[in-house]
Amino acid sequence: MAVDYNAEPLLKVEKLKQYFKNGSFVVKAVDDVSFEIYPGETYGLVGESGSGKTTIGRDVIRLLDPTDGKVTFNGKDITGKMDKSTNLELRTRMQMIFQDPMASLNPRKKIGDIIGEGLDIHHTYASADERREKINTLLQKVGLAKEHYDRYPYQFSGGQRQRVGIARALIMNPDLIIADECISALDVSIQAQVVNLMKDIQEETGCAYLFIAHDLSMVKYISDRIGVLHLGRLLETGTTEEIFANPIHPYTVSLLSAIPSPDPYAERARKAVFYDYATSGIDYGKGTLHHISGRHYVYGTDEELSDWMGYE
Amino acid sequence: MPDKILEIKDLDITFKTTAGPVHAIRGVNVDLERGETVAIVGESGSGKSVVMKTAMGILAGNATINGGEIIFRYTDDDGNAQEVDILKKEKRWIRQNVNGRRIAMIFQDPMTSLDPTMTIGNQLIEGMIMHLNLPKDEAKQRALELLKEVGISDPEKRYKQYPHQLSGGMRQRVVIAIAISCYPDLLICDEPTTALDVTIQARILELIKTIQKEHGISVIYITHDLGVVAKVADYVNVMYAGRIVEVGNVEEIFYDPKHPYTWGLLSAMPDLNTNDDRLYTIPGSPPNLLHEVVGDAFAPRNQYALKADWKEQPPMFRVSDTHYAATWLLDERAPRIEIPEELKNRIERMKADHEVGNGSRL
Repeated sequence: MAVDYNAEPLLKVEKLKQYFKNGSFVVKAVDDVSFEIYPGETYGLVGESGSGKTTIGRDVIRLLDPTDGKVTFNGKDITGKMDKSTNLELRTRMQMIFQDPMASLNPRKKIGDIIGEGLDIHHTYASADERREKINTLLQKVGLAKEHYDRYPYQFSGGQRQRVGIARALIMNPDLIIADECISALDVSIQAQVVNLMKDIQEETGCAYLFIAHDLSMVKYISDRIGVLHLGRLLETGTTEEIFANPIHPYTVSLLSAIPSPDPYAERARKAVFYDYATSGIDYGKGTLHHISGRHYVYGTDEELSDWMGYE
Repeated sequence: MPDKILEIKDLDITFKTTAGPVHAIRGVNVDLERGETVAIVGESGSGKSVVMKTAMGILAGNATINGGEIIFRYTDDDGNAQEVDILKKEKRWIRQNVNGRRIAMIFQDPMTSLDPTMTIGNQLIEGMIMHLNLPKDEAKQRALELLKEVGISDPEKRYKQYPHQLSGGMRQRVVIAIAISCYPDLLICDEPTTALDVTIQARILELIKTIQKEHGISVIYITHDLGVVAKVADYVNVMYAGRIVEVGNVEEIFYDPKHPYTWGLLSAMPDLNTNDDRLYTIPGSPPNLLHEVVGDAFAPRNQYALKADWKEQPPMFRVSDTHYAATWLLDERAPRIEIPEELKNRIERMKADHEVGNGSRL
C-alpha cells in the first residue's frame, strides 16, 4: 500500500528521552529520538539488544512515562497527564502485540474472552450476540476458527498464539499497532505466516505498524521505512530501499553485513563488518541529524558524515 | 579409509508424558567423520536437541530408548583406539569419560549454562581439574590462555569476574573456552547463536570455526537457522517430526534440494535480492507426535504429497553418494515434480553469482 507522506503523521515522536536511575548512575536507554509514522505505514525499528527499541515502544503506548520529549498521536499530545478523552483515544486507537505469546496471554482465560477483553472494558457492543459475532469475525480474519473461541492458550501452538495476540490487538480497530519482536519467538516457517498475515491485515484495515525487531531480513519484508537504533540513539532512518541500497552510518553497515544468507557460497565469503562504539571514535553526544536525500537521515557530526560518505 | 567419529543408527526414543507417550525420535541416522562439521536443521519440536542429548547421556528421566546405537570412536589416555556404544554405557562412565572430556557441548543461552554464583575462572578450571587432573595453578595458566584464544581481552580481570558482569557475546565466548578446555574430540553446538545479536552471531561462528581448524575438532551444529548452516556446515541433516528427511553436503541441500520440506524451509527464508511482496510459507504446523504418524509426517503440509505419502513412510532414496532424501517423489513410479518456480529461480541466481558446478568445491 502506498503511504501518503504529505498527510499529517499519525504518530510523532519528538526528542524522546527515557532515563532509568539506578542508585547514583543513570542509564540513558533512549536519548533524543525523533521519528514519525504516517497512516497505513510500517515503520521498522531495528537495533541490537539494549539499543532501546522496546523502551521506545513502551514509551509510545505509555507503559512507561518518558523522562522528556513529546509524543503526538492523532494530533493529541500523549505525554504527561492525559485528559479522559485523550486517554480513551490512546487506549483504543493504539494497540500492542508482545514478543512471547505464551507470557502475554492469560492462561486462565478462554481465547474468545482474551480477544474480547477490549470490547468488555470499553462497552462497545449492545448484546452478547454482537460481542460473539465481532470476536468470531476476528478469529477468522487471523486464520483461526470459530471453534477456537472456547479453548485456552495452552491448547495452541506458538504461531496460533501469536495470531490470538494479533486478533486481540485488532479488536478495537486501531490506527497503530506496536509489534514488539512479535515474531522472534516463532519458528522460521511460522514467522513467514505471521508476517504475511500482518501484511494482509494492513492492506485490509489500513492500520500502521511500529515493527520492532532485530532481524533485518524480516524487517525489510514488512517495512516501508526503517530506523536504526544503537545505544538509545536513532542513527539512521530512511525508506527500506534507501537504507538497504545506501547505508551510511558504520553501525548500519555492520548490521546489514551481518544478515545471514541461504547461499553457502555467499555466506562463506561474507565478512561481517565489525562495529565497536568504544573504539570507533564516534561520540553520539556530538552529532546532529543530517538530511541525505528523500526520507533518508543520518545522525553524526559534519566531519563524520563527509568521512562516511567518502568525499573530502 | 573413512574415520567416523560418531555414528547414530536407527535411534528411536519415546517420552512418557501426562498426555501419553510422545514418539519424539522415530529412527534417526547421523554420521560424522573426524574433523568435519555436520548440521542438524529442523523446527522446534523436531527432535534435533533430543538426539544430541542422547549422545551426551543427558536425556530427561521420562525418556525411553526403544532401540538404536550411538557409536563413538576415540583414542583413550593410553593411546589405544576405542569404540563404544554410548547407549550401552552407564551414566557414571559417561560422566567421567565423555561429558566435557571427549564430547563437549555449547548450549543456546550462555546465561543459563554458566553458574551465576561462580567466577568465570572457577568454572573454567573445574573441568580441567576433574578430567585432566591438572594442579590448580597449571589449570589457571591454561584458563588464561583459553580466554585469550577465544578473544577476551584482559583475561586476568575476567578470570575473577562473575557471568553477570559480562555481555552475552562474552559469556558465549567463555562457554566456548570451557568446552574446548579438555581437548574434546567432538563439539556439539546447540543453537549457539540464537540468543545473541546478529552482529555478534557471525563473530562467534567464525571463532568456533577457527578453533575447530586449530584443534582438529569435529563439530555438530543443531540449529533452525539456514544462514548459520550455509556458513559453517559440510554436511546437512534436515530433520522433521523425529526423522531425518534429507541429508547431503551443503551444496546439494542448498542448490539441489529434493524433499518438499527442504524446499519449504529454503523458500521461507527472506531473500534480500528480490522485492516480492509475500513470503513463502509452509502451510499448517508440525504434527503432534502424541499420535503415531502414518506415512510421511510432512504429507499434511505438503502440496506435492502423493497418495503413497499418506500410507507409507518413504525410505531414504539415493540421489548421489552423499545425498539422500525420504520422499516418494523420488520413487521411479512417481510423477515428475519440479521444485517450486520461485525457489528454482533463486537457486539459479545464486549459482550464476558464483558459477557453481564448474568443479569448484566449497
